[in-house]
Amino acid sequence: MSTVILAWALTVAQVMLGLSMICATFRAMIGPRAQDRVLGLDSLYVNAMLMLLVFGVQTGRTLYFEAALIIALLGFTSTLALAKFLMRGEVIE
Amino acid sequence: MILVPDLPAWAAIAVALLVLAGASITLIGSIGLLRMKTFYTRLHPPTLGSSAGTLLIVAGSLLCFSVLRTRPSVHEILIAVFVTLTTPVTFMLLGRAALYRDRIEGHDPATGAEEFPEPEDR
Repeated sequence: MSTVILAWALTVAQVMLGLSMICATFRAMIGPRAQDRVLGLDSLYVNAMLMLLVFGVQTGRTLYFEAALIIALLGFTSTLALAKFLMRGEVIE
Repeated sequence: MILVPDLPAWAAIAVALLVLAGASITLIGSIGLLRMKTFYTRLHPPTLGSSAGTLLIVAGSLLCFSVLRTRPSVHEILIAVFVTLTTPVTFMLLGRAALYRDRIEGHDPATGAEEFPEPEDR
């Protein structure tokens, strides 16, 4: 019984995270300005990281955790670089 | 549907609740990102997903792996700490960049009216 509940909860959580990824992608597409697109990209990678964590719980493997950690690291760096680019017009001065 | 870790009942229920709560909060934040009117209000909702959503899902994952391996599993805390530390930094930089770009274009949202028109695409 509890296994069925857990299976359904994980599936519903994945659907919810997929919907929020769609929302973030939509914001990144419609803009209207560059900073809105960067914001959409940022929340897209956070949602993808959470999706991978839920996959990890579902399969019971730690493989997905490492992928989630890499997404978090690279996403932080990319958003930082994009914000710097919007501010100055170049990333490395 | 078959891919589910073999957890005892109490842990399965707890993990299900934590993961569901985290996913719902993240979904609420993303819908807010889509629905807010101006950039400075849009800056707020995604932090719901990167603070509360991440903490809840990480707690569920931590509980799941701790029970599965019958020893405390702490590596998920790394993600929670990292995301909690980096999200304010990125959003503060992004907000400052947006403010700078708005001021260059001649309208200052900090001193202007509450509802200021969105400028053209750039």
